[in-house]
Amino acid sequence: MSNGNMNLTLKVWRQSSNTAAGKMENYQLGGVSPDMSFLEMIDMLNDQIIRKGEDAIAFDHDCREGICGMCSMFINGEAHGPNRGVTTCQLHMRSFKDGDTIYIEPWRAEGFPVVKDLMVDRAAFDRIIQSGGFVSVNTSGRTMDANAIPIPKDDADKAFDAATCIGCGACVATCPNSSAMLFVSAKVSQFALLPQGHPERKERVLNMVKQMDEEGFGNCSNIGACEVQCPKNISIENIARMNREYLSASVKPEN
Amino acid sequence: MGLFTSSLIKKYWMAATGLFLISFLVVHAGINAMIFFNDGGQTFNEWGHFMGTNLIVRTMEIGLFLGLILHIVDGLMLYFQNRKARPIKYAYNKPSASSTWYSRSMALLGTLILIFLVIHLKDFWLKTRVTGLTVMPSHVKIDGVMHENLFAEMLLVFKNPMAVVIYLLGCFSLFWHLFHGFRSAFQSLGLNHRKYASTIELAGSVYAVVISVLFASMPVAMYLGWVK
Repeated sequence: MSNGNMNLTLKVWRQSSNTAAGKMENYQLGGVSPDMSFLEMIDMLNDQIIRKGEDAIAFDHDCREGICGMCSMFINGEAHGPNRGVTTCQLHMRSFKDGDTIYIEPWRAEGFPVVKDLMVDRAAFDRIIQSGGFVSVNTSGRTMDANAIPIPKDDADKAFDAATCIGCGACVATCPNSSAMLFVSAKVSQFALLPQGHPERKERVLNMVKQMDEEGFGNCSNIGACEVQCPKNISIENIARMNREYLSASVKPEN
Repeated sequence: MGLFTSSLIKKYWMAATGLFLISFLVVHAGINAMIFFNDGGQTFNEWGHFMGTNLIVRTMEIGLFLGLILHIVDGLMLYFQNRKARPIKYAYNKPSASSTWYSRSMALLGTLILIFLVIHLKDFWLKTRVTGLTVMPSHVKIDGVMHENLFAEMLLVFKNPMAVVIYLLGCFSLFWHLFHGFRSAFQSLGLNHRKYASTIELAGSVYAVVISVLFASMPVAMYLGWVK
């Protein structure tokens, strides 16, 4: 096309409900601008589908600026597609070329059941957070100002790096074992590194790992795919930290 | 909590038994390398005699088998649980974009090593511990003491080119298994820091190369008659 727009063949996972059987469906989409985001391309495809009177493709999305962690597509065999350090909403069609075939699938994991089409239920992550991913603070009005506690710069930086995890689940999706350890370790780390997280650090790591196992996620075998495909570049150094935290909490559960 | 119920405890067992087996391989390769003195196997047979008769070593042998079995059982549990964690596979997956083939193939490589181990134990361990050596004469006198002639048994086994090929395939599987396993064990035990991660990786690479090349060179050297 003269204006640089692309014709694409899209193979999309369609599944009408959690219990229904799903399958890959083929779609042809023309006039895709390289300036579109991947989600805008899906919007365009849905527009075409709705005009035909068919059921639109369900997919998760919210902020569309790479910070909410809602978008979750497995594109051409990679979580959030071929680019590094970005979510699906920040992936642009200039990363593809005219005539490409693109496979689009939901996250695949026992812990992430498909709700519909490309949407999966990530409540397992919420339950892991509820099991210990928080700091119990006194909010009676005499709460200590967090900035009054001196924290070494290195610790603050590492805690912040871990806290950039948006809980999108790309680590689980890309892990050959469907392990959630990058997510859990980032949450464990951000608290373990800061003084506010210390009083509950042992029960936190024990409870969060227990919940993670109960949700049916796999075991980490240090393959390292998670840190490569994480849109926030969370390092598996955090998994090592969680391993240390858990080992010390198992040996001596009291603080 | 249970010794095996938690995903992280399983990792610790995998790492601890793995490191134990890694340390065993150093001893095994070190003693076997005595054949390269090329003294008709005298030094090697003396060491073999010591390892076969020393009470501490023989007790540790039991620990070695227990460690090996634990490593295998734990590995199989991890493998089957991890398969269960993804009941529906991707229609199109590109794992090579984010990880190495050998890190994803530890169970397969481990199984190949196990098959090799069965053959290897039948070739040597079973003979020296149970059935007796097949080589004649099976013993040789060194300084007035009768020693099992394990060296001659090795020469006999590695006369067969098929055996040499099987041992080389075993070393190939072992190399990739160690290449990932060494650094992986440290990560599992929580030892990963930007200060020393590169040192661990380097040590693991050197270890995997040295051990597997050293082992592989033994059947080759004997088959080609460099060691006799």
